[in-house]
Amino acid sequence: MRFMVMVRATKDSEAGVLPDEKILTEMGKFNEELVKAGVMLAGEGLQASSKGARVRFSGSKRTVIDGPFAETKELIAGFWLWQAKSKEEAIEWVKRCPNPFSGESEIEIRQVFEAEDFGAEFTPALRKQEERIRARAAAKKK
Amino acid sequence: MTASATHGAIDAVWRIESAKIIAGLARIVRDVGLAEELAQDALVAALERWPESGIPDNPGAWLMAAAKNRALDYYRRTKLLERKHEELGREIEAEHEMAAADFAAAVDSALDDDIGDDLLRLVFVACHPVLSTEARAALTLRLLCGLTTDEIARAFLVPEPTIAQRIVRAKRTLAETRVPFEVPRKDELAARLASVLEVVYLVFNEGYSATAGEDWMRPALCGEALRLGRIVAELVPQEPEAHGLVALMEIQASRALARIGPSGEPILLLDQDRSRWDHLLVRRGLAALARAEELDGRLGPYALQAAIAACHARSRTAEETDWTRIAALYDALAQIAPSPVVELNRAVAVAMAFGAAEGLALVDALASEPALKHYHLMPAVRGDLLVKLGRLDEARAEFERAASLTRNAREKKLLLDRASASYKIRVVK
Repeated sequence: MRFMVMVRATKDSEAGVLPDEKILTEMGKFNEELVKAGVMLAGEGLQASSKGARVRFSGSKRTVIDGPFAETKELIAGFWLWQAKSKEEAIEWVKRCPNPFSGESEIEIRQVFEAEDFGAEFTPALRKQEERIRARAAAKKK
Repeated sequence: MTASATHGAIDAVWRIESAKIIAGLARIVRDVGLAEELAQDALVAALERWPESGIPDNPGAWLMAAAKNRALDYYRRTKLLERKHEELGREIEAEHEMAAADFAAAVDSALDDDIGDDLLRLVFVACHPVLSTEARAALTLRLLCGLTTDEIARAFLVPEPTIAQRIVRAKRTLAETRVPFEVPRKDELAARLASVLEVVYLVFNEGYSATAGEDWMRPALCGEALRLGRIVAELVPQEPEAHGLVALMEIQASRALARIGPSGEPILLLDQDRSRWDHLLVRRGLAALARAEELDGRLGPYALQAAIAACHARSRTAEETDWTRIAALYDALAQIAPSPVVELNRAVAVAMAFGAAEGLALVDALASEPALKHYHLMPAVRGDLLVKLGRLDEARAEFERAASLTRNAREKKLLLDRASASYKIRVVK
């Protein structure tokens, strides 16, 4: 199963303060470990929310709100996508991660939806899609 | 933390740490089987201790230390036995104390060392050609992926005792034939690496096109093989074929969702909805292929197969497929790794690039190949080409024959459907 592992923003990350060399080195080492273990699929660091924007939906109306956003602790400063056998494995890996910032910080682990998680509800849509493919394939053969 | 949560956490720690611990110990005791038993003892100690004490801050180091103690105990015990047999005096005992101290230091330094080399040794020993491919696969999943015998048995759909026995025998064979715990010499390396990659791809294929049983694929096994392949590629980053195999598996795995229909039936590559391919895996596969290509001008069999898979991955629609290039890549593959199955695939590519009649001529040239006599894809391909040429009665017979040759229930049904479809087309005409 796949997990999205998100590093929460801090006051520093929101202020655009770059991680110091020590953290960068440790993080580099950790990333290398993840790659060597065949766990890491992808990962990126994110710029401060002042460089981002939000689009708010209300019915059919869309409103654009420019960053920065106030609720620092709810923001994301970076993420990985991991392949792991269980949530516990993802937790154990996160415990091995160096503290991404000096002082307090938090990393959140969320499981990614996969096809089988959709269960019965996904089947009608899948079936329709399947019929479409078959129709297309049949048309091609003619 | 509840007991079951602790056990879940211990499982996870074991998955992450076990290969390193076994590899480190194997370097000291020079016996992979013994190393695994010592590591297992450490795991048992953790299972006894951690539910009460809680999980230590550095569980990997805890397990390493426990395993190290087990190794020391073992060393003392065997030395003690030897001493009894030889009835040695006090002086020698003092000597043994020193030897034990040296041993402890050796264990410490081995466990502190860069573990990569030991892991690589472990991979090469677990996949040693002295073992059957089945034994290599079971042992590798056990030692490198930290799977239990039960998990391996379920993955391969065989009874647990079969796998347990396979592993016990494999360890015994390694001990009896005194397979050294080392990375093979340069002149042996290519052949030994091929033996490792073969095992990884065998595990992948067992998951990707299940040879037996109800399911068309078993994703968990594919996942393990991919992980194993990525680990191996990082252990030998200078080897293009290791990256080639990773590329091949990533691209094939990217189609996992699209190759199964809503009621579990297989969907063939050209009929797949490409928007359902996993584009993250496609990207990873193309990147791995690029790494293989950067390393060496001449591509090996896995990299060539990956290059073929990449042709499909890069085409937005089935119609856009560059069949001429695929036919050329199969041609290159047939030259470095000639096999009737490759020839059969080349025939398909030629048929797509230059017409069904040309493809059929190549297929018919393979008719006397003993290796293809019971291979279900041979009549399946022939059936396909005959449909395109409008020879529907012959096509139906081929599909029926193909269905009778496969052991996979899903695949059998697909082939029978095609047999009756070619019958229907004939009726409509």
